[in-house]
Amino acid sequence: MTEISYKENVVRFGPGLPTVLIGERINPTGRRRFADALREGDLTTVKTEAVRQVDAGADILDVNVGAGGLDEPATLVAAVELVMSTVDAAICIDSSDASALIAALDVYEGKALVNSVTAEEASMATILPVVAEHGAAVIALPHDEHGIPADPRERLAHAARIVDAAAAAGIPSTDVVVDCLCMPVGADQQAAARALETLRLVRAELGVATTAGASNISFGLPERPTLNLAFLAMAIDAGLAAPITDVTVPGLRRLCRASDVLASRDARCRRYVADYRRYPSQ
Amino acid sequence: MTELTDELSSAVAQLEDDKVLDLVRQRLETGVPPIKVVKTLQEGMTEVGDRFGAGEYFLNELVVAGEIMKDAMAIIEPHLRGEAAETKGVIVIGTVRGDIHDLGKNIVVMMLQGAGYQVVDLGVDVPAERFLEAIEEHQPQVVGMSALLTASQAPMKKTIEAIRAQRATTKIMIGGSYINETIKDQVGADYFGTLAGDAVKIADSVLVDV
Repeated sequence: MTEISYKENVVRFGPGLPTVLIGERINPTGRRRFADALREGDLTTVKTEAVRQVDAGADILDVNVGAGGLDEPATLVAAVELVMSTVDAAICIDSSDASALIAALDVYEGKALVNSVTAEEASMATILPVVAEHGAAVIALPHDEHGIPADPRERLAHAARIVDAAAAAGIPSTDVVVDCLCMPVGADQQAAARALETLRLVRAELGVATTAGASNISFGLPERPTLNLAFLAMAIDAGLAAPITDVTVPGLRRLCRASDVLASRDARCRRYVADYRRYPSQ
Repeated sequence: MTELTDELSSAVAQLEDDKVLDLVRQRLETGVPPIKVVKTLQEGMTEVGDRFGAGEYFLNELVVAGEIMKDAMAIIEPHLRGEAAETKGVIVIGTVRGDIHDLGKNIVVMMLQGAGYQVVDLGVDVPAERFLEAIEEHQPQVVGMSALLTASQAPMKKTIEAIRAQRATTKIMIGGSYINETIKDQVGADYFGTLAGDAVKIADSVLVDV
């Protein structure tokens, strides 16, 4: 079981447990106005997206400010502090800049999830000591410098290598969350099948928690929410523990709760019914 | 969208795979020069690219068009022997060091090939030396660099500096969803694009200038 926290608020997820939702919307990638605002030091969108996503049922908020052309460590710290002062939600600190990760981890009040480390030697050597030192958990992307393997077995091998390197750095396997790597089905018909098989292999062979950038599956196709929801239902059955996704999509949270029930991940349907009572109309 | 009068270009644009292959065989048998058939196919591909850019076609349809083009070229290629394999120009392209995202690059490669360019695709996480070797070997008119991660900016700048030191006149275009005029100037590129169709437009304009 993996635990992430913000102050007293602890979020638990992993094999057999109910699905936990990581909100993806605090991220300027592909959102020009948000990116421009960040470059001008305007963090309004960070705040509104934090509130919106927590209202919609996000358990953890991914925070990414990689817009380019800004001081990423300073901006990430400001964004993390703003989210902490706005909502009571655990944070997934998301940056490809190690100094930004360190700066944000230093101010974070709790056990953060770090996004991410890859199976590249340089990435493991840089990121894992930082994660260990801050007692954080980390998302593991099972690819190396040669790109994303098509074969789920190769992805599993990369994931196993990261879990081993993490252990050597003093990070227990419960603090490693493996990303199954969702690629667009519009470009490769097998993309979803490969991601699902990766989830099953990681569950069976490593027994660690998993995540997925679930919205990526529908890139380039029309009616993306429908594809995303169908994928989530299948992925939850395959063991997906904590998707990174757009929790504000109508019906998404409820679909995940329902999938938990059907995949025997919600004992006595308690969480599903609680969800119905909190949100009577979706 | 353009009104395509030729039945073959129109069949490509409509993604009618069997019809495209039948028409290609027919035309070759009746003595239409292979190069002319290729040009007609390319007109169809350009239309597919435009429809994709306009949001009318989707990613899977771009992939289908690429496959149709490949199958058609397999029929035409044996006939092309002896004739100068005519290309608009050579383009070396890759995702820069530190980034392994290749979807955007692959779409651009498909569009460039469809428009008649010979594309040398170096793949992902490409170090500066590989760009330099490929430029030496293929003497491209344009070099393209793709990046999704903002962290790719520093390696992109370094790679461009290395290329300029070796061959100052190389035209360099960069592309990615977050790229803009400021980033283009910061890294020292000549052109930038954010949409799939931009690369073809840039390459076409570069060749006019040369």
